[in-house]
Amino acid sequence: MTRPAPDTATHCPYCALQCGMVLRPVDAGVGARLNVIPRDFPTNRGGLCQKGWTSAELLASHQRLTTPLMRVDRDAPLRPVSWDVALDRVAAEFRRAQARRGPDAVGIFGGGGLTNEKAYQLGKFARVALRTSAIDYNGRFCMSSAAAAGIRAFGIDRGLPFPLPDLADADTILLVGSNPAETMPPFTRWLTAQRENGGRLIVVDPRRTSTARQATLHLQPSPGSDLALANGLLHLVVAGGHVDADYVAARTAGFDDVRRVVASYWPERVERITGVTVAEQRAAVELLVRASQAMVLTARGAEQHSKGVDTVTALINLALALGLPGRAGSGYGCLTGQGNGQGGREHGQKADQLPGYRRLDDPAARAHVAAVWGVDPDDLPQPGRSAFELLDSLGTDDGPSALLVMGSNVVVSVPSAGRIADRLAALDFMAVCDVVLSETAERADVVLPVTQWAEETGTMTNLEGRVLLRRQAVHPPEGVRSDLDVVAGLAARLDAPGQWSTDPRTVFDELRRASAGGVADYAGITYERIADEDGVFWPCPSTEHPGTPRLFADRFATPDGRARFVAVEHRPAAEEVDDEYPVHLTTGRLLQHYQSGAQTRRVRALADAQPEPMLEVHPDLAELYELEEGDRVRVVSRRGAADGLVRITETIRPDTVFMPFHWGGSSSVNLVTSAALDPVSRMPEFKVCAVRVERVS
Amino acid sequence: MSAGVIRAGGMTREVLVVGNGMAGSRFVQELLERDLDRRLRVTVVGDEPGGAYNRMQLSNVLAGAVRADDITLASEQWYTAQGVTLVSGRTVTRLDRRARTVVLDDGATLPYHVLVLATGSTAVLPVVDGLTRGDRLVEGAALFRTLDDCVRIDELARSSRRAVVLGAGVLGLEAARGLAGRGIDVTLVQRGGRLMERQLDAEASRVLARTVRELGVRIVTDAAVTAVTADARLSAVTLSDGATIEADLLVLCCGVRPRVELARDAGLAVGDGVIVDDRLHSVSDTDVVAIGECAEHRGRTYGLVAPAWEQARVAADLVADATRPSRYAGSSVVTRLKAAGVELATMGDTAASADGADGVEDIRFVDGARGVYQKLVVRDGRLVGAILLGDTRTVGTVTQLFDRGAMLPVDRASLLMVRRNAPAPTTQSPTALPGRATICQCNGVTKAAICEAWSDGARSVAAIASCTRATTGCGTCRDTVEGLVDWLAAADPEAPPADPEAPSGDAVVADDLSEAVPA
Repeated sequence: MTRPAPDTATHCPYCALQCGMVLRPVDAGVGARLNVIPRDFPTNRGGLCQKGWTSAELLASHQRLTTPLMRVDRDAPLRPVSWDVALDRVAAEFRRAQARRGPDAVGIFGGGGLTNEKAYQLGKFARVALRTSAIDYNGRFCMSSAAAAGIRAFGIDRGLPFPLPDLADADTILLVGSNPAETMPPFTRWLTAQRENGGRLIVVDPRRTSTARQATLHLQPSPGSDLALANGLLHLVVAGGHVDADYVAARTAGFDDVRRVVASYWPERVERITGVTVAEQRAAVELLVRASQAMVLTARGAEQHSKGVDTVTALINLALALGLPGRAGSGYGCLTGQGNGQGGREHGQKADQLPGYRRLDDPAARAHVAAVWGVDPDDLPQPGRSAFELLDSLGTDDGPSALLVMGSNVVVSVPSAGRIADRLAALDFMAVCDVVLSETAERADVVLPVTQWAEETGTMTNLEGRVLLRRQAVHPPEGVRSDLDVVAGLAARLDAPGQWSTDPRTVFDELRRASAGGVADYAGITYERIADEDGVFWPCPSTEHPGTPRLFADRFATPDGRARFVAVEHRPAAEEVDDEYPVHLTTGRLLQHYQSGAQTRRVRALADAQPEPMLEVHPDLAELYELEEGDRVRVVSRRGAADGLVRITETIRPDTVFMPFHWGGSSSVNLVTSAALDPVSRMPEFKVCAVRVERVS
Repeated sequence: MSAGVIRAGGMTREVLVVGNGMAGSRFVQELLERDLDRRLRVTVVGDEPGGAYNRMQLSNVLAGAVRADDITLASEQWYTAQGVTLVSGRTVTRLDRRARTVVLDDGATLPYHVLVLATGSTAVLPVVDGLTRGDRLVEGAALFRTLDDCVRIDELARSSRRAVVLGAGVLGLEAARGLAGRGIDVTLVQRGGRLMERQLDAEASRVLARTVRELGVRIVTDAAVTAVTADARLSAVTLSDGATIEADLLVLCCGVRPRVELARDAGLAVGDGVIVDDRLHSVSDTDVVAIGECAEHRGRTYGLVAPAWEQARVAADLVADATRPSRYAGSSVVTRLKAAGVELATMGDTAASADGADGVEDIRFVDGARGVYQKLVVRDGRLVGAILLGDTRTVGTVTQLFDRGAMLPVDRASLLMVRRNAPAPTTQSPTALPGRATICQCNGVTKAAICEAWSDGARSVAAIASCTRATTGCGTCRDTVEGLVDWLAAADPEAPPADPEAPSGDAVVADDLSEAVPA
């Protein structure tokens, strides 16, 4: 290249806010160094957090993988090999496993950070090339509870049913289990705008987070008691005569059952379960019922529980009783976590799903998608196991003996991680596609070095259901291939029928056809429209259709158009505190790191700011256990232990400790967390378990 | 009709529940959740008309804070829809354990395999001259136990100017406060010297009395009502010291007594209540279960809903599947007074008074002028009792520590006083912040870094944002950065003034996408 490459308008590689940014080459035609410049996109309005600002650093990192690695047997080291050798080995191992034990002998584990094109292609690869039912992805650990509750109530699951700017118009926002000031800082601009418009914010969180400190009212319940709190708030709404009876009659079904159940959640009882005082409950209800426009928003704090679906349902019940969903400036929404947590759950890498948010067990859906893929619908496998159950079955008599991991660092990110590490070790073979040698890649038999974000083009669907275009800004390093290349290479070696393009736009056009007529209909979305219109909201069934920024204005996506109330009862966490494990543990994110930290721990400024995990301890608890700031401690549960440094803070409840989950090895808090699953969503209970804290001498 | 399906090889088990109050109705709901394929046939007999309602809310209904329609827990229609046979408005008169049947007051006989006694309590009727005519109370006098009682008092209150409430337990206090709130002149008469004598010590009682008086309730202690004067309607009550109080409404809140006649007549072991083991089986007959206020477990009877519901859960577990490991081990007792303007929570054993000997501590904070009395009773580092009166802001924490039997913080006072949260940094003067203080959390920018940017020539918020990235994340530190800029400008008047219109460097660029689409 002789002239400077143009600026590339794209989006951040990390969370579901997908902040708009511009990548500008530092020097014309030289290497991969890029400057990040914020972009005035409707979601982030020119804001970026430290992760976004430093995101280009990983492109040129010396820690990038640039050649496939392979070990000849389990005890041999990983050594560089050619792409052909690596792909031949993967295909041969998959064939061998399936020859011995059938199609389900090979499992696939995907990720919520993959582009729509990759998520789609990975699901197709499982169903068509491998014909295995054993595919799921790490989004099961993020969005599945809110998704199941949303489908149960509204007949559709789109994180936010309205665009972000609507937040600014809400008189009251009830934010449950979310800390956007640290997890997606530019989102907070909308909360600021809402406050400047005179709006009130209620935050429900066991920690007094940066977000909670900005709230009008902060409710600080015991971990695992949000459901009782939600039912209690609805009890007070009913008792105060504030139910929107016209709305309930015209637009919903099932309220009588909910009314009966919440009658048992009088405030004094709820106070005892949650620790939120009667006065605080009344104050929250006052803020909600006084608002003419109000929103109820949830995130992982409410959802990552063995009763996550019912907790979200209880909050949706509250929103419905107040008449919020479908009304301007009002509604229920869930704040998606992973970059493509929304699109990733729509296009078929989930165990029970086909593209377009179709169900794998629906004959009409199978017929439609099979026609697009050019295969017989009867050849498609049936739904398989959910993420944790899939991983927990690896290397067992009825589980896969070979695994392909794409876009996930499972060794760090799964609950009860020690147990899953044992399952991975029991596999005959594991292949991992990654950018760096993550904790999971280190254990693979074959590691395939793949492109990342700015080195490839693809679409992402953000937390609003807005489909975005991430564009290639630089050439990938020599020796690196895209995930689409990997899939195509394996499909060819496995003699898979159908087309396996490596061009993102071609794959997207196929995805559009596969999703056409489905719930998440992308048929009318093109790369050009995304660029011209600041993204396009699904459903968008034709190129003439404007897209759907706001859902539910006239009807819900249920057969009769009515939203469903579902009566739900509180129950304790799967593991409550006792004399042996007397403290609740809850987990979450830090501003400087993202998910398992595989990327952010390799960015200098971020690693320097937060080099190792700390354990947040209340001064009262610290005094009781004689802990000092900076002490090295071990958090111990029935499942395992993790080490960190004590950080004494009054922002945490005295009966709870908090530890971030961005580290591996002996600092991995997921060695401690519980794998109790929600009966509906199969979401693990990341957010509460019982531990004790020991000092490490 | 009933969904009870007769399975091959055996008869459907009949579960007969006597009592449709808080315990009985909760038991039925818990049982149905454990019997989704409806293997059991459930019949409920209740002596009050209609479905089940929330007795806990009657004080709120009387006070006008909750409508009677809104306290339904399980309507007749709901029972029907669930395939449960509800026999309401009927009393069980006899239990024949040999025949495994009960007989109702209309002569009907109902069979059972498992009998659940949830008969609750009856309100104690005090001995007062002239209180009854035949078997009825004189017009103007009422017990306060059932929804019917509540409706009756509510109607009487509409035409009442002066009321006497007899009995200063929880219910009496709530009734007195509720009536006073409706503009009625209320006198609360208490036989003993203390209010809520089962929950409060003498000093707490004094503080509470003062608060309640300020809310318009007259209190007479160490007195009993010995006689009432009534013509068509009550007009006065006479106290044990001979004093007469004009009143057109008398509400009787003299405590309750477990209903055990049925069990006693059938030969079951009865103390204060029907004596049960940890499975909540009668110790005399394992086919009979007793829960709620009529049950006596390890020598204790409970008059509260939480223990009744805990018992209902264990009983439902075991009726659904006798092999389950569920056992009832007793309940910790928390009482929350529901009276507008009175914040009061008590729990456990509040009588203990000690000085740290034998591992027992007694921690108190008293501010009588403000109506505050707080007391913690601690044994071996754990909370065994508490009174929070007048200030219940820590009640959530205290109740949970009590329920869990958790170790208390070394600083016991933190459980009584609410700590004020430190003000947000934005309200602090930037000059007072240390250089290492982080101003922009999103980008980890310290005050020192901003001062350095100023020294390097950044003279506006936009310019500082451009070189430090401060304010570019969530944007909430903008006020602080503006404050710093003003402070730096004042300290350095030689510097050129900030230009508020200055563009923020490269911070925002034109969003020209079409040019950049890769071929």
